[in-house]
Amino acid sequence: MGKAFRLLAVSMMALFVSACGQGDHETLVITGSSTLAPLIGDLAADYEASNPGVRVDVQSGGSSRGINDVRRGTAAVGMVSRELREEESDLTAYVVARDGISLLVHESNPLDALSADQVRRIYYGEIRNWDDVTDFQEPVTVVHKGEGRATLAVFLAHFDLDNGKVQPDLVVGENQQAIRSVAGNPGAIGYVSIGAANHEAERGAPVKGVAIEGVSPDKDAVASGDYPLTRNLNLVSNGPLQGLAKDFVDYVRSPQAHERIRDHFFTPVAGTR
Amino acid sequence: MRDQALRWVTGAAALLAGALLLLILAELFRASWPALVNLSVKDWLFSGQWAPSQGHYGLAAMLAASLAVSVLALAVAAPAGILIGAWLHLGAPSWVASPMRALQGVMAGIPSVVYGFWGLVTLVPLVNQWAPPGAVLITAVLVLALMILPLSVLVTDAALRQVPERSLQAARALALSRWGTFRNVMWPTVRGSIASGVVLQFGRALGETMAVLMVAGNVIRWPGSLTEPVRTVTANIALEMGYASGLHSQVLFLSGLLLMVFVLACMMLVRGGVRL
Repeated sequence: MGKAFRLLAVSMMALFVSACGQGDHETLVITGSSTLAPLIGDLAADYEASNPGVRVDVQSGGSSRGINDVRRGTAAVGMVSRELREEESDLTAYVVARDGISLLVHESNPLDALSADQVRRIYYGEIRNWDDVTDFQEPVTVVHKGEGRATLAVFLAHFDLDNGKVQPDLVVGENQQAIRSVAGNPGAIGYVSIGAANHEAERGAPVKGVAIEGVSPDKDAVASGDYPLTRNLNLVSNGPLQGLAKDFVDYVRSPQAHERIRDHFFTPVAGTR
Repeated sequence: MRDQALRWVTGAAALLAGALLLLILAELFRASWPALVNLSVKDWLFSGQWAPSQGHYGLAAMLAASLAVSVLALAVAAPAGILIGAWLHLGAPSWVASPMRALQGVMAGIPSVVYGFWGLVTLVPLVNQWAPPGAVLITAVLVLALMILPLSVLVTDAALRQVPERSLQAARALALSRWGTFRNVMWPTVRGSIASGVVLQFGRALGETMAVLMVAGNVIRWPGSLTEPVRTVTANIALEMGYASGLHSQVLFLSGLLLMVFVLACMMLVRGGVRL
């Protein structure tokens, strides 16, 4: 038994040493929002290409993970796709881009605009068939997001909805899943990041955005500030940024990153350096 | 010398596996401890109201949904699997039986997310035509049943292979019918292994996450109808863990602990020998 234990200890140590052995270059760990992760991942690859000897690890897992990891120190930078809350004021946020949230319906639905009141009545289950608002005979399927999602919080706040009274038919997690669900159901309505929605629609998913308060969800409307339902995408840090983390965040907020940001259907923030 | 080394290595491997299980249990217990202290059992185990942002942490509706989905999937897959397994031994010509076994092996190895994705893009729109929104309890049951069917077939097949050839010869000598052979010779030999197989499949169904998350609709409500969406405990963990903090995340750990204890209890039932 004692010998077995020693062997176990030795093999664990060997594993540990070999895992650390690759550390001859500097590594920056970034975790958080699944909305931001693809963009930051691409920017990290660009950054690595022009800075040999540097590695930037980008891991998604949700905005809350980004916040937890930065607080615990397991990540130097976190990705958060909403504003920081009051109880998170110990962290510093750096705006990277803006993203709009689009209401999404199936392509076959003739609807092209909804008023805020109609959205509220749909999500409270008062409108159960599309013929109440447009020329379309089809039961409404309300696609909603799981508790704690950044998109959910922005959506609820904008339409002044009480999550306890929302009557969803389907609850999803990631943007992708929301888009798939709407694409597969002519009566469905959901809300997702405009970036993700355009990306999928371009690849042929039968979905389309719905104008709210008279403004259609497209990049230009987000950029000009006309589109009402937007949020900031942030990188966050615990205390002042230093060294590699500072350099990378500066890069992400520089004009050099704007093309990548537009590639991902987000809008660069005018004020960034 | 070599025997000594082998003993150490195998011993260490066994120890590591056991230690990992204990570590997982300990960690789950540690992470959910604040919730156990701060919430009364009535609030988390016997309440069905889940609204973490408003301080409601009732797991009961989701636990019921997990049980309903798993039991129904088992009710579909286990008898079907046993029948197919029996057919492989009793009726199937060998040119069908061996590709069939290979197929079941492949089906058992397909990652669950693939079943989930198939369910989402094929089955959900189909179910949607008669039971909108399509992602409902019955869809989850069907996908899960499809996932555990190969396990059920393979377990039955392997068990039937244990039936001694001389018993079968004796049955043939007595001119027993196929049904008679199955009922009186094979079944008594294999029912123990099949029963433990069923319990293992139940554990598998209960723990399945991705496939169910993609097709069950995930609306939190008591499972009352086959054509209404439900959210299972595992889907809830997957949906919310990335976004949870404080008590919310502790209760999610607690729900994981519950599942783990339940599955372990099932395993012990198997070890203790279940009888049909």
